[in-house]
Amino acid sequence: MIKNSMKEHIKELVKKGFRIDTRKFDQYRDVSIEKGVIKTAEGSARVKIGETDVIVGVKLELGTPYPDKPEDGTIMVSAELRPMANPGFEPGPPSIDSIELARMVDRGIRESCALDFKKLCVTPGEKIWIVLIDITPMNAAGNLFDAAGIAAIAALQDAKFPTIEGDAINYKELTNDPLPLQFSPIPVTVSKIEGQLIVDLTEEEESAVDARLTISTTEDGTMCALLKGKDAPLSPDEISKMVDIALEKSKELRAFL
Amino acid sequence: MPLKVENKSIVVPGEILAEGMDFLPGEGAFRDKEQVISKRVGLLNVDGRAIKIIPLAGTYLPKIGDRIICMVFDVTYTGWRVDTNTAYSAMLSMKEATSDYIERGADLNKYFAIGDFMVAKITNVTGQNLIDISVKGPGLMKLKAGRIININPCKVPRVIGKQGSMVSKIKTATGCNVVVGQNGLIWIKGEPETELIAEECIKKIDKEAHISGLTDAIDEFLKEKTKGMTIVAYKEPEPERTERRERRPPRRDSRGSPRGGSRGPRNSNRRYQRR
Amino acid sequence: MAYTKRLDGRKLDEVRKIEAKVGVIPKAKGSAYFKCGKTHAYAAVYGPRELHPKFLQDPKTGKLRVTYNMLPFSGTGNRVRPGPNRRAKEISLVSEKALMPVMDLSEFPNTVVDVFVEITQADAGTRCAGICAASMALADAGFRMTDLPVAFALGAADGTIFADPDYNEEILAESGVTKTMADIALTILPRTGEFSLLQMDGELKKESLKEVYDLAHKTANNILKIMQDALKAKFKEA
Repeated sequence: MIKNSMKEHIKELVKKGFRIDTRKFDQYRDVSIEKGVIKTAEGSARVKIGETDVIVGVKLELGTPYPDKPEDGTIMVSAELRPMANPGFEPGPPSIDSIELARMVDRGIRESCALDFKKLCVTPGEKIWIVLIDITPMNAAGNLFDAAGIAAIAALQDAKFPTIEGDAINYKELTNDPLPLQFSPIPVTVSKIEGQLIVDLTEEEESAVDARLTISTTEDGTMCALLKGKDAPLSPDEISKMVDIALEKSKELRAFL
Repeated sequence: MPLKVENKSIVVPGEILAEGMDFLPGEGAFRDKEQVISKRVGLLNVDGRAIKIIPLAGTYLPKIGDRIICMVFDVTYTGWRVDTNTAYSAMLSMKEATSDYIERGADLNKYFAIGDFMVAKITNVTGQNLIDISVKGPGLMKLKAGRIININPCKVPRVIGKQGSMVSKIKTATGCNVVVGQNGLIWIKGEPETELIAEECIKKIDKEAHISGLTDAIDEFLKEKTKGMTIVAYKEPEPERTERRERRPPRRDSRGSPRGGSRGPRNSNRRYQRR
Repeated sequence: MAYTKRLDGRKLDEVRKIEAKVGVIPKAKGSAYFKCGKTHAYAAVYGPRELHPKFLQDPKTGKLRVTYNMLPFSGTGNRVRPGPNRRAKEISLVSEKALMPVMDLSEFPNTVVDVFVEITQADAGTRCAGICAASMALADAGFRMTDLPVAFALGAADGTIFADPDYNEEILAESGVTKTMADIALTILPRTGEFSLLQMDGELKKESLKEVYDLAHKTANNILKIMQDALKAKFKEA
């Protein structure tokens, strides 16, 4: 109930150049990244942006490759918006929001070739590694996309292969081998409210958004994924401005990794 | 036998506070044979022989006479259904919304639309916690713009203070308009920076309500935060009144021109009853 | 031969290192985590809120609903497939029964109080860690409770009773280290010493019961102190 109450007020404030918590339009809340938080996972990370708190766990399984890509391993990204994280999350099968979140993070990692899929192949045509990435918000207070995307990369950086014994995996013995991570794409979501471009929105601010664009970029400034959301359209000029903001912010966020 | 726990300390459910018959269990405590035990997380408050617990967390239950802040979530034929930020919704009837005459079939959105906030008074609560509210009365009104924050309802008395002293202090120091609902919702309206200071101040009271010397700490806080600022009491651009004085719609004569001049045929368009 | 030396060197009555904290999920009305060794459980409380579907509503009281879930990365081996499963449903039910005796929700007719228990890391004793977290979270939310339920497991291997078995100890008989093994999950209401949860898998002789009761009460009091301190610690921070 409360989050919709602020919609008009937030818009009024933005028109005057203010945010509800007096942050600047291009200012993130406090960011913290902790790796290796889940000992049962092969890799994990916990990212907090303000009060938003997301854990990502990486598990590895053996599987058979796709017939058209016999030498490529693969990833599978899932997100669950568990009811514990927000009174608005309902129990049940994955909601469209959790699917959008998972696919956005997947796009950033898969399309940037962040992981060298060839190096995830065990036996060509027969056996490959499947990297399972599970996103769980612990407290959802806005900007889940960025928090989840950063946590996913941090978890991949943290991950180590388990040992293979014949056809079985021994999860208790982790090797020292990290995953073949070539790039670290970081998503930055820029939103438009009353014509102004703003980053890192709280849950209340998100109710006032006209349009948003999530831009994933790698270390050298190449964009590897774009996702536009919400109802209003964006002009080419706005899109370019948002990309510039994302490039600048991703440098800042990358420093935390 | 003396208390088992120091007075004014934090106690938790199941904690044994006293043994024997020297003490009586008050609000938040209960007796089980020889022992007086806490039912809640709270501050132990011993008043003579009565052991009371001042709760530090809890759920608001609607009471007749309480002023609450609530939001319209449905408009019906006869009134509005209102979200009270509890498990129970409230009903605002047409009669209790305004002194205007509202004709049958009129569009109630003119008065309150979905998403509108208001300060209302609870006029009735049934056994099943069905609630009736009214916005007719002093201090009751639709709330326009401003921000709404949510604190623990147990802390509301602290935010209001003795005879309203604490909330007055906040209003004066920040120049904001502040309305506190018994249901834990608080409306703040002022300039953006001062709104935030008022919000932070109230959140501080929410967090530190159990600490003695809070009043002084709040004085310090407000002084520190408003240092160097010129505080001007926030003025509403124009007062919104849900009570409108005009009782009759403008009359038109049979040719449709607005009122003024001759009154036109007496019986034309007499759809409206006189009060 | 009796099981006298534990696999990880702990004393027979020693529980794993416990870390407990409340107020860890700001969006929730009440919340807590309870970490016992490598088993980590979080609990978040929401409500009282309207209960749907309507036919489940009780006009005399609010209801308590616990939902237990293991997160995909929490399993000791393979990834845990998300989604409802029978084990989780059973644990949700017994957890609710473990907590109900101390709750008084008669002030909130037709509502439900939701407790979401999420296991972020599992190493045996997850349902007990979840109940401890839920117990603290309900108190943190400000509900009236006549006691603070304390949950933990005891092990019984070849006649030796010990506290808080970890995963390796749960499979003592399976892995051949001992001949018999029983895993006893329980929840105690500390003030009265009554049991609100009692589950046992394995082999246990009737003669062992007295020792089980004694160790249970001793362990409960130790863990209770940690939970009480966690609830109070929130107010000391300021």
